[in-house]
Amino acid sequence: MTDATHALLAPPKVQRSAFKSILLHAVLILCSFGMLYPILWMISGSFRPQEELFGTSSLIPSALDLGGYVRGWSGLQVTFGRFFWNSLVISVLATIGNVVGCSLAAFAFSRLRFAGRNFWFALMLGTLMLPYHVVLIPQYILFLHLGWVNTPLPLIVPKYLATDAFFIFLMVQFFRGIPKELDEAAVMDGCSPFRIYWKIMLPLSLPVLATAAIFSFIWTWDDFFGPLIYLSDINTYTVQLGLRSFVDSTGSSDWTALFAMSNLSLIPVFLFFLFFQRLLIEGIATTGMKR
Amino acid sequence: MALHSEILSKESRPAALRSRGAFGGVLERNAAGYVFLLPWLLGFFGLTLGPALASLYLSFTNYDLLQSPDWVGAANYVRILTDDPKFSAAMQVTFTYVILSVPLKLAFALAVAMAFNRGIKGLTLYRAIFYLPSLLGSSVAIAVLWRQLFASDGLINMALWQLFGFEGPSWISNPDYALYTLVMLSIWQFGSPMIIFLAGLRQIPTDMYEAAQMDGAGKARQFFKITLPLLTPVIFFNGVIQTIEAFKAFTPAFIISEGTGGPINSTLFYTLYLYQEAFGFFRMGYASALAWILVIIISLFTAFSFLGARYWVHYDD
Repeated sequence: MTDATHALLAPPKVQRSAFKSILLHAVLILCSFGMLYPILWMISGSFRPQEELFGTSSLIPSALDLGGYVRGWSGLQVTFGRFFWNSLVISVLATIGNVVGCSLAAFAFSRLRFAGRNFWFALMLGTLMLPYHVVLIPQYILFLHLGWVNTPLPLIVPKYLATDAFFIFLMVQFFRGIPKELDEAAVMDGCSPFRIYWKIMLPLSLPVLATAAIFSFIWTWDDFFGPLIYLSDINTYTVQLGLRSFVDSTGSSDWTALFAMSNLSLIPVFLFFLFFQRLLIEGIATTGMKR
Repeated sequence: MALHSEILSKESRPAALRSRGAFGGVLERNAAGYVFLLPWLLGFFGLTLGPALASLYLSFTNYDLLQSPDWVGAANYVRILTDDPKFSAAMQVTFTYVILSVPLKLAFALAVAMAFNRGIKGLTLYRAIFYLPSLLGSSVAIAVLWRQLFASDGLINMALWQLFGFEGPSWISNPDYALYTLVMLSIWQFGSPMIIFLAGLRQIPTDMYEAAQMDGAGKARQFFKITLPLLTPVIFFNGVIQTIEAFKAFTPAFIISEGTGGPINSTLFYTLYLYQEAFGFFRMGYASALAWILVIIISLFTAFSFLGARYWVHYDD
């Protein structure tokens, strides 16, 4: 994010003997392989002929068989295509909501002066500590009365109301680092607060907005508890719920298909990992995110 | 008149501008602030404060969503604490999970971070690989994978058979082992505390180690006298965050036990029990009381951690 964090994450170079360094790398490669073995095994398992999955711990299938993907895709009465679409809609809309809602609040907390600002800020910090279980049941009752159960609305609308205080806090920290002279100059030129937010703050805050967006997307995509509570009609299922139903319906009989669909469900998160690894890791190193 | 011009001249200075706030008059400034804060305020009152108060009220009632809440006083709390075997089971499972998984996870995270902090080539790649399970780990897909790994005909038993000729049990359907498979799943995801440790290790000045080496301190002594004390704030932070997360764990237990918390309540995580009461039996009042007890447990834990921290967490200033 900043030069300081780059310096923090850059390793000091140490000289050591060639033998020691080869040994260290051998151990690390072995450990990496061990860490990833279950995932690699799941990937290779999804391409195996159904009868071959058990009885071998090797990673290379005897033949490439896409049957698992075909059986899995339409293994329930609604195809996984539907579940992927639902997950995508919820994740994209929730991510936009988080970024918009939280950045508006963060701008108010870090840049605008108004009566009661510190009071509200303290309350916002207080909500960081509150486990969502205490708001769960009344929220459910509220959304039930609004007729939102079995629609994706309970999973999307709250994000536009900046309910993820963690992201507000993250953005406030970043906004405070942007020189105040910039918006003061803009005020002199007669800029409205909204123009300052839109034309100065947001463009200068792309790293933190991107970090917040990536984590929101991944967390929403992976979320199981929210969809489990609010979505019971199979047409509204997310991928995570679809997988769970698939486990229940196939039991332990068709692991190949189950693995195939599991792999597909991991692809979006994995793509974020590939392309935004640096932002993810810096996000964790500088803010101490939980996962 | 003189006073007036003084105020004017003061007002024209940028410092005065800053202290009075950037935008026009007081009313206008307040209006702008509250316009930007409006979405959050709606969320705060409508989705956080209101529901929190509502669940506090519901926790003193019986409520099944159909009939209006029926006030029962502290009966829910009394029953939970004195006459609810499932609550005791859930507490035991959750505390076992927290006490085993958090220290082991942090130990792995610290050990790997120390290995990475020695200036190895390809750090970025190794770090990414070790972080990956932590990123993917909370998904249903990984819970599904875990179910298969520890099934009677799963990968673990296959490996045990091939390597040692040992025929393992079905780990996930045996009440003696099921919880430990979930502990292992949690430990496997040590990536994010590892990254935080790595950032913490970077901040320890290298000249401290050089000085210690000159004084003849060995590696072990350097670890216990320099690394560990200087890292205590990071250990504390990771410990608190991971413990709170562990108290709230849900998905893996749900998938592995198919929502039952079985076999014989051996994976009945607290949140899973809460879910069953609320959305399985629609005992909303009872579940609200469970939620508030969870809040109390987490708050007590956090308070005691911060109180205890002064005795072992070392801050520079």
